[in-house]
Amino acid sequence: MKRITTIETRDLKKSMEKGGCGECQTSCQSACKTSCGVANQECENKN
Amino acid sequence: MVHQYKLNGYNIVLDVYSGSVHCVDDVAYDIIQLFCTEEKPAIVEKIMEKYGDRDDVTKAEVEAVIEDVEALKAAGKLFTGDVFEPKAMELKERHTEIKALCLHVAHTCNLNCSYCFASQGHFNGTDGLMSLETGKRAIDFLIENSGNRHNLEVDFFGGEPLMNWDVVKDIVRYARSIEKAHDKNFRFTLTTNGVGIDDDVIDFANREMHNVVLSLDGRKEVHDRLRRFTDGSGSYDVIVPKFKKLVESRGGKGYYMRGTYTHNNVDFTNDIFHMADLGFTELSMEPVVCSPDDPFALTEEDLPKLFEQYEILAKEMIKRKKEGRGFTFYHYMIDLTHGPCIYKRISGCGSGTEYFAVTPWGDLYPCHQFVGDESYRMGDIWQGVTNEEKRQEFKLCNVYAREECRDCWARLYCSGGCAANAYHATGDIRGVYEYGCELFKKRMECAIMIQVAESMEKAEEDAR
Repeated sequence: MKRITTIETRDLKKSMEKGGCGECQTSCQSACKTSCGVANQECENKN
Repeated sequence: MVHQYKLNGYNIVLDVYSGSVHCVDDVAYDIIQLFCTEEKPAIVEKIMEKYGDRDDVTKAEVEAVIEDVEALKAAGKLFTGDVFEPKAMELKERHTEIKALCLHVAHTCNLNCSYCFASQGHFNGTDGLMSLETGKRAIDFLIENSGNRHNLEVDFFGGEPLMNWDVVKDIVRYARSIEKAHDKNFRFTLTTNGVGIDDDVIDFANREMHNVVLSLDGRKEVHDRLRRFTDGSGSYDVIVPKFKKLVESRGGKGYYMRGTYTHNNVDFTNDIFHMADLGFTELSMEPVVCSPDDPFALTEEDLPKLFEQYEILAKEMIKRKKEGRGFTFYHYMIDLTHGPCIYKRISGCGSGTEYFAVTPWGDLYPCHQFVGDESYRMGDIWQGVTNEEKRQEFKLCNVYAREECRDCWARLYCSGGCAANAYHATGDIRGVYEYGCELFKKRMECAIMIQVAESMEKAEEDAR
């Protein structure tokens, strides 16, 4: 596509299939402690 | 749902529900904007009206871009619908284990910071130190309630946890002595103001702490204005050498320099750059949490300035990375390919369900920001969670719980936001702290722009 570049991303719909293991860090536990989000959390599921 | 924005010369299109990110030119940007409201001939007409004088824009070309957009839609990368909502409650019901505790080992502090949400460490209550027995019981409580979760997190928090350092070390040793037998892996974090750091702290923390969070607000004059000793003197000169020594000997293990910005330093990027210039590379800077009546509270007038600051930060980070002196900013860390799964994105922060704060006396609260508010006492580490009413409230606190978030493009990045901020701003944990939302959305736009910039530059290099 000449005018559109799609950046590689995780397919969220597909992540329904193998997601939800719950081993990832609790959102607020690392650095912020006041304004949490989940976007910067790492996925621990290597499957 | 699609979100489009222009930043730093990039036209970015986010497809919210697939997580797809597209970088497009002006023509495609406008076509995508018109795509859902106009028929194909009308789109062609409008685009030709605007861009028809350009050599590279022909009617056939516009039609080809529309076909590209249709192809992306068919491939589930553009204009995808929300198929996740029915899963939100299912997930909350599935995971009821506790996996993280914030241990308030010391409700006292050796600093007297004006903006402290913990009211100088005692959370509007009495001072107190956690006993080793209470700390050990907290570890047992976590293991007992963690089901088959392997990774368990414990943050040593305060007040100032180094004021009860011997107990911190003994709690860690106790947890390490039993983790293997229970098939658990403890990840400890120490959050400290740095005053009590000595060689023993450095040695132990660098061996045992998965992460250390070091409080530094940036420039000396900014830091010392609010982070003072009880005699009124600033703490910058005392703590910076200690932080440097700790970080230099950390051997690559995780740490964050964590600052708070207020109305006094809306030019907070200068504080982040100051930390970077000191040699620190893992940086975090948070907006102050306080009453709107406080003199250092952020104001509506500050908001556009803060937006500008976040953009300055993003652009400077791209520049410094190219120069080989890059640094990490916590809120711009976003891994588009291996980031959180959809369950994480819709299930909320976990406070009051999988995450609890424990007071020095063993009482449980939904998170550290609720400690001291009796109506949010959830139980204790001996009896467990007994406040079922509140537990249910927190269970419902997911990304779909807030009507205000329904049309927000950022909700799968924030997962509904901070329950404590919402409570303090609106009186309801399912309320919305709009000021925080505005900052969050700006940070996400900047974080994604950085990813787009790096990706586009790499593609250009590869093409050469």
